[in-house]
Amino acid sequence: MGAAHSASAEVRELEGKTGFSSDQIEQLHRRFKQLSGDQPTIRKENFSNVPDLELNPIRSKIVRAFFDNRNLRKGPSGLADEINFEDFLTIMSYFRPIDTTLGEEQVEQSRKEKLRFLFHMYDSDSDGRITLEEYRNVVEELLSGNPHIEKESARSIADGAMMEAASVCVGQMEPDQVYEGITFEDFLKIWQGIDIETKMHVRFLNMETIALCH
Amino acid sequence: MAPLMLLPPGPGSCRLLLLLLALASSEAASDSNESANSTAQDAPSARLAASSREPAERISVFELDYSYVQVPYEVTLWILLASLAKIGFHLYRRLPHLMPESCLLILVGVLVGSVIFGTDHKSPPVMDSSIYFLYLLPPIVLESGYFMPTRPFFENLGSILWWAGLGALINAFGIGLSLYLVCQVQAFGLGDLHLLQNLLFGSLISAVDPVAALAVFEEARVNEQLYMMIFGEALLNDGISVVLYNILIAFTKMHKFEDIEPVDILAGCARFIVVGCGGVFFGIIFGFISAFITRFTQNISAIEPLIVFMFSYLSYLAAETLYLSGILAITACAVTMKKYVEENVSQTSYTTIKYFMKMLSSVSETLIFIFMGVSTIGKNHEWNWAFICFTLVFCQIWRAISVFALFYVSNQFRTFPFSFKDQCIIFYSGVRGAGSFSLAFLLPLSLFPRKKLFVTATLVVIYFTVFIQGITIGPLVRYLDVRKTNKKESINEELHIRLMDHLKAGMEDVCGQWSHYQVRDKFKKFDHKYLRKILIRKNLPKSSIVSLYKKLEMKQAIEMVETGILSPAAFSALQQAQRTQETKRLSPEDVESMRDILTHNLYQVRQRTLSYNKYNLKPQSSEKQAKEILIRRQNTLRESLREGRRLPWGPQAGAKNVRYLSFPYGKQQAWRRNTGATEATDDDSSEPGLPSITFSARPQLGSLRESWLAREVIPMKSLPQGTMTLPFHDSRDPGLGRRAVVRPRPLFLALDEEFESREESDEEASTLRSRWTVERGHSREHGQSHSPLLRRK
Repeated sequence: MGAAHSASAEVRELEGKTGFSSDQIEQLHRRFKQLSGDQPTIRKENFSNVPDLELNPIRSKIVRAFFDNRNLRKGPSGLADEINFEDFLTIMSYFRPIDTTLGEEQVEQSRKEKLRFLFHMYDSDSDGRITLEEYRNVVEELLSGNPHIEKESARSIADGAMMEAASVCVGQMEPDQVYEGITFEDFLKIWQGIDIETKMHVRFLNMETIALCH
Repeated sequence: MAPLMLLPPGPGSCRLLLLLLALASSEAASDSNESANSTAQDAPSARLAASSREPAERISVFELDYSYVQVPYEVTLWILLASLAKIGFHLYRRLPHLMPESCLLILVGVLVGSVIFGTDHKSPPVMDSSIYFLYLLPPIVLESGYFMPTRPFFENLGSILWWAGLGALINAFGIGLSLYLVCQVQAFGLGDLHLLQNLLFGSLISAVDPVAALAVFEEARVNEQLYMMIFGEALLNDGISVVLYNILIAFTKMHKFEDIEPVDILAGCARFIVVGCGGVFFGIIFGFISAFITRFTQNISAIEPLIVFMFSYLSYLAAETLYLSGILAITACAVTMKKYVEENVSQTSYTTIKYFMKMLSSVSETLIFIFMGVSTIGKNHEWNWAFICFTLVFCQIWRAISVFALFYVSNQFRTFPFSFKDQCIIFYSGVRGAGSFSLAFLLPLSLFPRKKLFVTATLVVIYFTVFIQGITIGPLVRYLDVRKTNKKESINEELHIRLMDHLKAGMEDVCGQWSHYQVRDKFKKFDHKYLRKILIRKNLPKSSIVSLYKKLEMKQAIEMVETGILSPAAFSALQQAQRTQETKRLSPEDVESMRDILTHNLYQVRQRTLSYNKYNLKPQSSEKQAKEILIRRQNTLRESLREGRRLPWGPQAGAKNVRYLSFPYGKQQAWRRNTGATEATDDDSSEPGLPSITFSARPQLGSLRESWLAREVIPMKSLPQGTMTLPFHDSRDPGLGRRAVVRPRPLFLALDEEFESREESDEEASTLRSRWTVERGHSREHGQSHSPLLRRK
């Protein structure tokens, strides 16, 4: 970072935009530098520096999520080539714990944001719907860690899940109604009962501590 | 002896009969006891002596010798009595809602006790130190360890350890010290109780037995974290209090109170840790050994339960030999063993283990509670108002202190803190039970001259908490409207949660954070790489998504069958009728393969359903029944199909019985286009132009009817292949599952002949894809249409 004065102004600005505290921003900046190799931006290739990520079955989706324009709030679709620190923070901010002390509306808003992030992970072609193929893709990736489960099983599972989603969202369908795919509203409906607050957050503590409890 | 007759239903008459029964039998018992006493006093060996003591002039036609069978007879009678009471208890629907089962057991015990007291009979020596610790306690602990839901437990492990461990210590020492202070007050006449005795009393009275609370929680479906807290506490509490108890007894044995130096206290603390951790270590080792052995038992599955039980028991005994905590050992053994054993043993062994475990623990608990009731009614009490009242008060106060203090601290580290309501519930669930009583009863009289006082105080506390708190905790939970669990079994949920796990882990990797998700991930990898290879028979993959999916299909199929069996009419009629109703699907082929798969995978799913009810197991009778029904069903299907081949496919193309993913009924072109497109993209899975979900059943078919047929009926001969391609399909369980598999196949083959000609493309892709359609299509004909996957809400 440059001169201390402008740096703290930057930090404050970032704090305001993303909601992280200045400590967290410092820490994440360090990490950013580590990943980018001291460059101002990160590209997709830089993510291969994270060794454990290679073992993650959905790594491609995760990496993609970082560059997704929708997540970066830069556009309705497409992928950015590189992201800077602010973008990095924007993505990370999706994983902040929801501050329940804010009003009901805010909480709902945060919840929606997180779910939107998830939705974008599923909806790879940015058409606003999760189609069967996309869903299948996700399931296959999730099960790709298991060498014995065949593609076909994964497919049937995806199909089943899709049908289930359809029943939740649309209910009884007319005979010639075609279920296009899961829209974001439907997605919200599916997630109605599941509380995303407890699940989708990362504890941004000091890097040294090992968090043993929830 | 009064024979036990079948009780007619109805709780009132039930009770009456029970009472009469008890009275009759014990009357008879005591009568014959009197007579038997005069002839023989001791052991069965005296029996012969007895009969030959008096010069026998005549051979007596009937003889009575009660003392020979007295002990086992009475024990059996007690157990049976308690079981009958339980039956009556559950028959009367409202009663289980009102009070927990432990209340019932205590009441039965009191009843038996009063009978025994009334007839001046000597109760059988059920409770003495070695019997309790060697025979009665292990089954109880084993059962609670075995049925513990592991994932939530480990996720909350830190909080649980913190709470259970420190909570027990705080309670024990707090109560002990406060009582000691009370004892110092001369007016109460308790001056001779010195500090150690009070501490010991504190440690045994702090042993919580929240079975009642757990039952209430499960019924009210409270959120998982709360449930796990109480459960974890229950699990570890016994162990900790027994360890503490033993250490303090060892201290007490050091005769001179003044001799205890800080060194000893430090040694005591160190011993506490060693005992605890050592016990767990032993348990884990034994767990692994038994898991390893079950890998080789496929040919003698009858001894599998034996291995499980013997190794668990052995872990307990081995730990006890070294003065380590046997309870923690057996718990750790059960937890470790469960995962691998479940996968290795056959289905029947698994069921046996489950039920046998429940049975043993139920017997132990029953005996303890009855004995508690028995000893309530007796002459060996000492009542001291001050001591008892203060005990009650301090128990509550210290529990409140420990709950609020410990959770205040632990909430700082939890991302999902426990609310005040949760904490109140946790405080209120501090019900004492059999554990405290046993420890009190087993206090050595030599060291505790005022043992009776302790026993009385313990009994009072137990009665108070069990009855008053046990009964009111249900309404309290409902009143406080504690956050409910949101466990639905749906594939979507499973998928999303899985995705979330990986996403979180990935994010944490990117941030460079380290959290317990990492730990869990790492453990899972280690587990998959090494442990499973060694410990599991055939290394079949377990994916919770797949297993849940299969389970849901199975469940739906079972439901379908059960509803379907009610209307065995002609299919067209059925179809007509069902057209307007909910439409569900049959996938018999899937169901058979599922059955095989489930024998492997169902275990995985079991642990996700949080249902720990100490006194009951979830009834699984529907499975066996469903199999039977399914087999019968398929026979009838086959027959009817043979008669009128066209019948199932009879109705018009316009039959509107499509569900969610529609077959575009009139749009054949689109459909054919789809078939073309989708065939090709089977492996690519990139179909930009196909937003709709279409299942290409048949390629290139012209007429409407044909297309309709084709849509429904598909290359059946792919089905047997289909079953075989499933990776889990292997004939390990040649029992019922096999039979179910065999029968339906001819069914499909019969149809196959008809449609084989139509089959033009027989690529693996289409068969696989269309296999899916088959299930839907096929069932629709039969009007069964029970969606395997949809949960109609």
